Amino acid sequence: MGIDFAKLPVFFSVLIYVFFLLYYISRARKGEKLFLRKIPGIEAVDEAIGRATEMGRPILYVPGLSTIDDVATIASLNILSRVSKKSGEYETDIIVPNRNPVVYTVAKEVVKQAYASIGRPDLFKEDSIFYITDSQFGYAAAVCGLMVREKTSTNFFMGMFWAESLLLAETGASTGAIQIAGTDAITQLPFFVTACDYTLIGEEFYAASAYLSGEPILVSTIRSQDAMKFLIGFLILIGGFLSFIGRENLLEFLFPK
Amino acid sequence: MKKEIPIFIVFFIGTIGFLQYFIVGPLSKSVYTLLLEWFQGVQGMAIIMAVISLTRRHFHNLKRGKNVFYSFVTLVSLYGMIILGVFFGIGKGSTFDKIYEYVMVPLNATTFSLLAFYMASASYRAFRARNLESTLLLLSAFILMIGFTSFGDIISDKLPSLAQWILDVPNLAAQRGITLGIALGILATSLKIMLGIERSWLE
Repeated sequence: MGIDFAKLPVFFSVLIYVFFLLYYISRARKGEKLFLRKIPGIEAVDEAIGRATEMGRPILYVPGLSTIDDVATIASLNILSRVSKKSGEYETDIIVPNRNPVVYTVAKEVVKQAYASIGRPDLFKEDSIFYITDSQFGYAAAVCGLMVREKTSTNFFMGMFWAESLLLAETGASTGAIQIAGTDAITQLPFFVTACDYTLIGEEFYAASAYLSGEPILVSTIRSQDAMKFLIGFLILIGGFLSFIGRENLLEFLFPK
Repeated sequence: MKKEIPIFIVFFIGTIGFLQYFIVGPLSKSVYTLLLEWFQGVQGMAIIMAVISLTRRHFHNLKRGKNVFYSFVTLVSLYGMIILGVFFGIGKGSTFDKIYEYVMVPLNATTFSLLAFYMASASYRAFRARNLESTLLLLSAFILMIGFTSFGDIISDKLPSLAQWILDVPNLAAQRGITLGIALGILATSLKIMLGIERSWLE
């Protein structure tokens, strides 16, 4: 047993990030208000749920097609919790079709807990969170059918998607629903940008849960991401400069391959 | 304790998974294999609950007279395939295999091929010069589409290399920027859950 030295830079990067995380959490605990720029896709969540309430139609929440060990799915389930709370406050039905059995069981508990936390466990409908199939296009066809038959007025596509992203988003657009998508699948982002009203791109998707909660400690974690990004940007600039002046050897010493 | 125990389990397993990534050797490998086996066990249990959920939803639909046809087809397909598989086998040439080959596979291919039409309608919406950004998108798409066909080479021999430059420089720069944000987002989400900062799944 030994340490994989090639992965040490990753280990130190995580430690630096933990330092930033703890630093910003301590600032938030002291009561400091941290500024966050507005993200239109997240700002629109309330409006989208409100629209569903006004129209008396359900909300569709698709937690992606990946498994529970995908961080995108976990981030999606965190957002589902916030969306469920809001839909519960507005007394609007939420439909959550699932492709993965484990994700289905977790999603069911997340929605149940969300309703219980706002004091409305009676709103939870077990039939609204259900499993469809493991087949990628079978799932896509079933969700498209749901959108058309149930006439959902708001569709959330949050998580990991593959080729079915455009099928889902275009069908939703054809029904006139407000659509908010969020994914870290770079290849699917253009499709969502084209067919959805709002798209949470990459890190915005991961920030959504904290942003929606409005809790200072969770918000502070987004600031720690910004600090880390600033550090990485600075290192890229140094690397670019060293490469420009022909000191690649120094670059390789600092960042061994 | 209702919250502390799950948070401790997440922290403990998360830390093992994290450390395992940096450690090489048979112990690290066996820990990773064990975690994967546990996951498969959980997945096996969850599929039973998933099938119950699917049955209950469609059974309720039948009882309420809502989308009766779709629910009937779903239940017949689900249990028909289970009966065929369990009692008549799933080997090559079996009825189960034939239904899979001649019904399931073509249906999947049909749904996938619908993408071509959706792509056309999505492109129609995206490639309209409404503002500066969409005009730039339209221009780049035009150069890329023409540049990667033999027609592009006939117009100008520089067009294919311009198309490749758009892919390799501005496109890749944007992709790397997004990837960097995603990597940090994944790290942040993992740490938030491991350290119990994000508890929305418990509330």
